[in-house]
Formats: sequence, structure tokens, C-alpha cells
Amino acid sequence: MNSQMKICDVSLRDGSHVVRHQFTVDQVVSIAAALDTAGVAMVEVSHGDGLGGSSLQYGLSRTNELELIRAARSVLSRAKLTVLLLPGIGTREDLKAARDLGAEVVRVATHCTEADIAQQHIGFARELGMEVAGFLMMAHMIPAAELAVQAKLMASYGAHAVYVTDSAGALTLDGARERVRTIRDVVQCEVGFHGHNNLSLAVANTLAAIEEGATWIDAAVRGFGAGAGNTATEVLAAVLDRIGRNPGLDVLKLMDIAEELVPPVMGKPAMIDRAALTLGYCGVYSSFLRHAEKAAERFGVDAREILMEVGRRKAVGGQEDMIIEVAFELSQASASADRS
Amino acid sequence: MTALADHASSRVRCAILGSGNIGTDLMAKLMRCSVLELQAMAGLEPASAGLARAREAGIQVCDNGVEGLLALNPLPQIVFDATSAHAHREHASRLRTAGIVAIDLTPAAVGDYVVPAVNLEERRDALNLNLVTCGGQATIPIVAAVSRVAPVEYAEIVATIASASAGPGTRQNIDEFTQTTARGLERLGGAKRGKAIIVLNPANPPIAMRDTIYVCFQQGASHEEVAASVKRMVCDIQQYVPGYRLRTEPIFDDASVTVMIEVEGAGDFLPRYSGNLDIMTAAAVRVGEEIARKLLPQPAMHQRAGESA
Repeated sequence: MNSQMKICDVSLRDGSHVVRHQFTVDQVVSIAAALDTAGVAMVEVSHGDGLGGSSLQYGLSRTNELELIRAARSVLSRAKLTVLLLPGIGTREDLKAARDLGAEVVRVATHCTEADIAQQHIGFARELGMEVAGFLMMAHMIPAAELAVQAKLMASYGAHAVYVTDSAGALTLDGARERVRTIRDVVQCEVGFHGHNNLSLAVANTLAAIEEGATWIDAAVRGFGAGAGNTATEVLAAVLDRIGRNPGLDVLKLMDIAEELVPPVMGKPAMIDRAALTLGYCGVYSSFLRHAEKAAERFGVDAREILMEVGRRKAVGGQEDMIIEVAFELSQASASADRS
Repeated sequence: MTALADHASSRVRCAILGSGNIGTDLMAKLMRCSVLELQAMAGLEPASAGLARAREAGIQVCDNGVEGLLALNPLPQIVFDATSAHAHREHASRLRTAGIVAIDLTPAAVGDYVVPAVNLEERRDALNLNLVTCGGQATIPIVAAVSRVAPVEYAEIVATIASASAGPGTRQNIDEFTQTTARGLERLGGAKRGKAIIVLNPANPPIAMRDTIYVCFQQGASHEEVAASVKRMVCDIQQYVPGYRLRTEPIFDDASVTVMIEVEGAGDFLPRYSGNLDIMTAAAVRVGEEIARKLLPQPAMHQRAGESA
């Protein structure tokens, strides 16, 4: 099967983690409109943890995500409006509301071993006439063969694509390559790749995935996403152009967006600082970073200690409450150590 | 011998509908119960492992579901429904017509929600009682504990359960869990607005059920009073779910509190990590006992046990 590669820019969803879900309508409109003219196939807009993610657990949205989705709809003409949904957090009702506002594509995300909780939502998205991708998060945690079993399930529910989602930015080249290849061998649908740059491998892993036949490719302009950021759209565009595989991206335009539009919205640039590196090093969900930094400050402990312990306890995406618990316990432990 | 006979006649007849893991765990708990007499278990598969276990335990079995229970003579007075929401919707009216009290462990929510530590007293005359969800049983009492000392603006809960303890029913109806639990936080917990999130964790060995409850209460309420109320509630729940415990002290932040709890199962039939299932069967038995005490003649000797605490 020879499908056209398509780029999904996730900055207005994954980037939501970076700004603690404080996006405004104006910010979304300006970035979405620019991305639309720069040739990305999809623009994803949602709370960082997907539809319905606004919560004390993950962070309350400043602007109702449906308003952001509506705003993005008004400026997208070429790119498809895309949303994210995590079963257990968002519901079919949330998806219906997004669809009614013009969302065309949904990625239904589960932890890499739990594909079957997405059956209802993938089926419902198909009923709504949407394009659907299954999103197998924390894909580094299980071997390729096991991941492929889960990918097959998602495909069987009607997904048009199944993603290898490197939520922790912990995959290295062979791992990314093998996972995409193994899934490609067992599913008829397309395969996608979503990378994080915690080990400075996002572009390289993405390229490896593309070489293995991945066609749904996630990136975020200026790497505007959780942890050390996602695969940077403008960098990936330049690389793809150089190897003669540019899927219609305007490289210079993307550079301009990355340089001019995004930085004021993003605040602190995506970088591989010690805490972000710890995510990739210990295999921890990238959006835990901001929560760990906040908890580190609140309880007076080292963010890396929190992240490493959370990694040891095998936390999966969505377990942000474990960060508070671990930080609290670390602070108690150090207090009792001080006393003795 | 006489004492035994007395004992049997002073118990209320009950039956289990559904011979899966939940039904089997319920059987183990009911067989220890002093006010309920387990009369029968009904399933639909004559060869099912659940019915075989019931036979082995000396319990009468029916392989034709609710029909079998309605053909019993005498009829059971209470039926625990551990089938599915879809099936319970059909069972509900048949049981009601026969005058049998239904304790519903499915998310059908035909009857009013009941959480023993919160509203069992008010619901003891109902003919159909719904146990909300496992997450609801574990978290609604904490929200109610805050509500009784300070008005609650918003309550949010995150239930993390071991993948191995989430059966196909939960997996294929995960929206039902979040929506039903959120409604329970509002109706029974007393929150103006509720939200529920569920996370499945596949770690091996499996983790016990853990819940985090975030409660935003009225500005100015006393943290000491809130904490004391929460701790009292935890003791009340421990009366019927011994494996229920606080993981940390309540963590306060101005007008909100974060309460983290863990539920370890009793290990009757289900493994100990499935606290999420155990809290349902334990709550069901607690509700059944309360109704049985109401149905039983009330000589002075039948004091209501379990209320001493």
C-alpha cells in the first residue's frame, strides 16, 4: 500500500501542556491559520490530555477547548481539523461536540497495552464519518510484537491508522524502526509515528519510522509540545525536502512560524534540560514534566527524583496524581531524615 | 441443632444472578453472612465455572437465569444482580413484579444510587438499589465527608485500577464509568459539579485500586474539620471494606483538599489487587444485610450489628 505521507501538527494540543492549558482564542487562530498555509495536512487542537482533559488532575483549561476548536475551524481551509481523545478521560459526548464544530479527524489514545478500551470510541468516530487514528501511547514499554497485537485490535475497530506513540521520548532508532515495521506487517491500515525529543532523537526516530513506511507523522512547530518538545515541524520539513520526500510543506514558512509566531506563545523554549532528559532516560510520560516541576517546588524536592520514582512505579499516561503522592512522600522522607 | 435451625429461620433468603467472577466473590462473602441465607446462584451457562463452584459449595444452581430464580419456592427476598447493565434492565421489572428487592451491581442505574457509608439508611425501603460504580463506591463517601462540613463546589476523582481487574464490561463501556461516577459525586457526594477519570495500569504485579479525590470546598472552611470528617468516613467504610485506607494524610491547598486512598480486596475469590471489584461486592453485602435486618422480625435479640462503631 502506497499512501501519501501526511503531517499532523500537534502544537495546539501537545503544546497545551507547555502553557499549562492556557491557550487563548487569538493564539490558536494565529498559529492554526499560519500552519494551514504552510501545508500541514492536519492541525490538532484539544486540551493536552485530549477532549475533556480540563481537570484538576491535568490542569484546567483557560479557554473551553470547544471554543478553541471552533476558532481553529474558522481559519483552516486546507488542513483537517483534528482532535485527541483518551477513553477514560473524554467521552463520546465530547467527541460529538467537537465533531459538531467541524472536527474531521480524531486520534483515540490508550496506553499501549489497553487498545480495547478504544473500541467504542473508534467505532463511534467512524459512525460520525470521521477519520480515525489509534494512538498507542508509551510504545517503548512493550516489545514490538506485543505492540503489534494491540495495533491489530485498533485496526479491527475501524482505525484508518495506528500510531507508535513515543510519549516518553524514550525510543531509540532501532526501537522506533522495529515497532513501525512489525505493525506494518500485520495491519492493512496506515501506520503513524509521534515522537518527543527528550533524548534528542525525535527527528531521527521520525525519519526511521518514515523509512519503514509510517505515513501519518506528528510534529509540532518549534517542537511546541510536552517534555523537551515534539519532532520540530520546520526541522522535519527541511530534512524531508533534502531527501526528496517533502509532502507539500513550505519549509521557509514553517521556519517563520517557528521563529516569529510561536515563541511569544510558548514562553520557555523546548529544551533538553535535566528534567526533560530524565523523562527520556527513565521512560516517563512527557507531560509529567510540568507537573513534576510544580510539585518539586510545592514540596521542596528535586523534579528528577520525582520523575525517576514515578518511572520506577511504572506510571502510565494519566497518572499525574502519582506525582503529587511521590513528591509528598519524598518530602516526608527527607523531613524525617533531617530529624534523625 | 436447635440453635442452628433458629439461625437459619432468622435469615433472609437471597440469590445471586450472574455466575462470573463478581458473582463468585459475592457468594464467598454471603456464605459468611449471619442475616442472609444464600439460596441459589443463577447463570446461563450450565457448564460455567461459576455455577460449578456454586454446586461445589453446596449452593443450588439455576442455569436459566432470572427464570430459574423466579421459579424457586419459596422465592428469594433479595436478588443480587451481577450480570450486565443491559440484562439488569430486563431483570429489574420482573424482580419488582415478584416483590423481590434488587441490589444491582451493574451500571444500569434503574434504581437510586446507594453507597452504604453515605445513604444506606435513606434507601433501605427501596425495591431497586444501584451501587453506582466501583470508583463511585470508593470516592463518593470522601466527597460526602467534605460536604457535611463545607459546601463542595467541585469534586473530581481519578480511579486507577490494575488492567487485570478490568473486565470486558468495563473496557467496552468506559464512558458509562466516567459519566455514572460523575453523577454520583453530585447526587450523593453533594458536589455542585463532579468529574471522573479512569486510568488502567498494566504493571505486573498488578497494583491495588487507587483513587485520588480532589475536592474544592467553600473558602474559609476549617481544614481540621474537613480532615477529621474524612478520617471518620474512612473508618465507616472500613467497617465493610477492611482493605480501604488513606495512602497519605489529606493534602490541603487553601480551599481544596486532595485525598488519596487505596483499596485492597479481601481476597475471597478475586485476587487482593482487585479492590475495585471487592468494594462492589462488599458494599452489596452491606446493603443486603441492612435490608435483611429490616425484613426480619425485630425481637430484641436481633440487634443491628455493625453499628457499634
